[in-house]
Amino acid sequence: MSDNPTSVTVAPQTSQSLAPPAKRRRRLQRLTKRDKIVLGFMVGIPVLVELVLIWLPTVASVGLSFTKWNGLALGDIKSNGVGNYSYIFQNYPPFWPAVRHNILWLLFLAVIATPLGLLIAVLLDQRIRGSRIYQTVFFVPVMLSLALVGIIWELMYSPAQGFLDSVIGLFDHSKDAGQPGAIDWLGDPNINIWAALIAATWKHVGYIMILYLAGLKGVDPALKEAAAIDGANERQIFFRVVFPAMRPINIVVVVVTIIESLRAFDIVWIFNKGTNGLELMSALVVQNLIGEGQAIGIGSALAVVLLVVSLVPIVIYLTRTFGKDKQP
Amino acid sequence: MTDTLAENRSDPSAPQPEHHVAPVGPRRNRYGTHLFLIVMAVLWLIPLLWTIYTSLRTKADTDKHGTFSIAHSLTLSNYTTAWSQGSFATALKNSAIIVIPTVLITLFLASLMAFAVSRFSWKFNITLLILFTAGNLLPPQVLATPVFEMYRLIHLPYTVSDSGSVLNTYWGVIAIIVAFQLGFCTFVMSNYMKALPSELTEAALVDGAGVWMMYYKIIMPLCRPALAALGTLEVIWVYNEYFWPLLLITSGDRLPVTTAINNLQGEFLNNYNLIAAGATITLIPTLIIYFALQRQFVAGLTLGGTKG
Repeated sequence: MSDNPTSVTVAPQTSQSLAPPAKRRRRLQRLTKRDKIVLGFMVGIPVLVELVLIWLPTVASVGLSFTKWNGLALGDIKSNGVGNYSYIFQNYPPFWPAVRHNILWLLFLAVIATPLGLLIAVLLDQRIRGSRIYQTVFFVPVMLSLALVGIIWELMYSPAQGFLDSVIGLFDHSKDAGQPGAIDWLGDPNINIWAALIAATWKHVGYIMILYLAGLKGVDPALKEAAAIDGANERQIFFRVVFPAMRPINIVVVVVTIIESLRAFDIVWIFNKGTNGLELMSALVVQNLIGEGQAIGIGSALAVVLLVVSLVPIVIYLTRTFGKDKQP
Repeated sequence: MTDTLAENRSDPSAPQPEHHVAPVGPRRNRYGTHLFLIVMAVLWLIPLLWTIYTSLRTKADTDKHGTFSIAHSLTLSNYTTAWSQGSFATALKNSAIIVIPTVLITLFLASLMAFAVSRFSWKFNITLLILFTAGNLLPPQVLATPVFEMYRLIHLPYTVSDSGSVLNTYWGVIAIIVAFQLGFCTFVMSNYMKALPSELTEAALVDGAGVWMMYYKIIMPLCRPALAALGTLEVIWVYNEYFWPLLLITSGDRLPVTTAINNLQGEFLNNYNLIAAGATITLIPTLIIYFALQRQFVAGLTLGGTKG
């Protein structure tokens, strides 16, 4: 979902061990020199791309976070110790709102959007009539970029001629779209974060649904039959048999949900560039980079905070996926 | 799990199931389920239908009759205006210039890497895969600042880049998106290749085939289904990429369409009918790919998730 960075670009994982038994694999010693060179290029080029464009900049972010720099000549970089960190924690007004909004984003996706996607998947898995049509409907937003999702919801929320205010206008004409009393969903700092969360949910539910539909199909029907014969009801079968059996998918979904909420950027940037009630960590990083008055050190310190938080789900995911391989 | 259920059954205080449920097939009436799904489906469709409806009306019509009225005239004129004023022809061309090389390069590099780590034992196999997968999961904003500065500081001759640096070039955008997508594609491809029998390459090696022949003549043809699914998914993801062009491309006439819609609000001065038409134009390529290659796309999304 890089949704892009929208898109969601989370690797679905597999429970299968990544290293087949060593004897099945070819030993490098048996290869000719030429083959070794070819293999060297096959690995070398992608690794170089990954190191230079992903990991070198990540390390550089950490380095720059301890400096003061206006983003012009390299010679202007001056050490600033932990000054940027104490500034963002103590004196940078949008920092704590951004942290709160990121947490809220995570909670909203985890408590509302993800369970909703699971529920819809479970209902559609029951061979219900019209299942294909429902799937298509819920899935269309998954295909759209988060930027487009932002634009579409802007049309829904607009106080001038948006859908929501038009519906409210049916009951209270003074609040109709275009009237001065119309609710400004995106302009009011008390409610615009909720408006953004609903837009994000619109896309997230379909993605979770599709992951769980695949997961549910992978559950051995014999397990369900055995539980039914043992006298379990539908609810028990789901929570005690089916859901635990989908453990690999569950881990993917947890990681997708956490990473999505840390990556959230496009929708708020479309709405108002992450200001006035829509502050998010990712948006603050970019504001310090391309806004007026570049503050590279401060932006990097914010990026490092985001990095440290992101490493928690990433490490959990990697140890679950690759951890087994280290055991014999 | 069966133990728990067995205990439940022997324990008289445990809640007894009201009736035996057949494991497959509907047995109860499902009006509640249908009602819930229909309500949700309608809610999910409203934003799309509203966008299309708004795009078909004129501002005059909305102003005169109110937003929620039945349109007195539907028109396609918003589309022609949005198309020319929003320079959609250029933006869509820019999207193609970015998407096609990005997807091809990503799939090529990922298949090389996946081949090398899945068919041969290396000391650092797992380390490299971890490095790739972790890189794919990072929020792009974590590395945005150094990437931007690195691009700005690399000097290119003006014959190659009119900015004199990597900033504002298609190749700069392509490179960073390739790097980001590489982790996911390598992961999926290497899982797919591991499922192929090892005898295939064993035999080829005995016959004296080189490593490149194994990759090109044996493994790659067998990976076609995975490449098709992954390719479809990547086309849509890269087309949907918003952030990197926003950061790295400074001249508006080089922006791909997903990033260019950001400017619609400014250019169309809050004419929501035009914005809606622009949004619908952006939507169309995605929908075409989706309906043509729906199965591939869903297969790609769940490729790694359902195996094993």
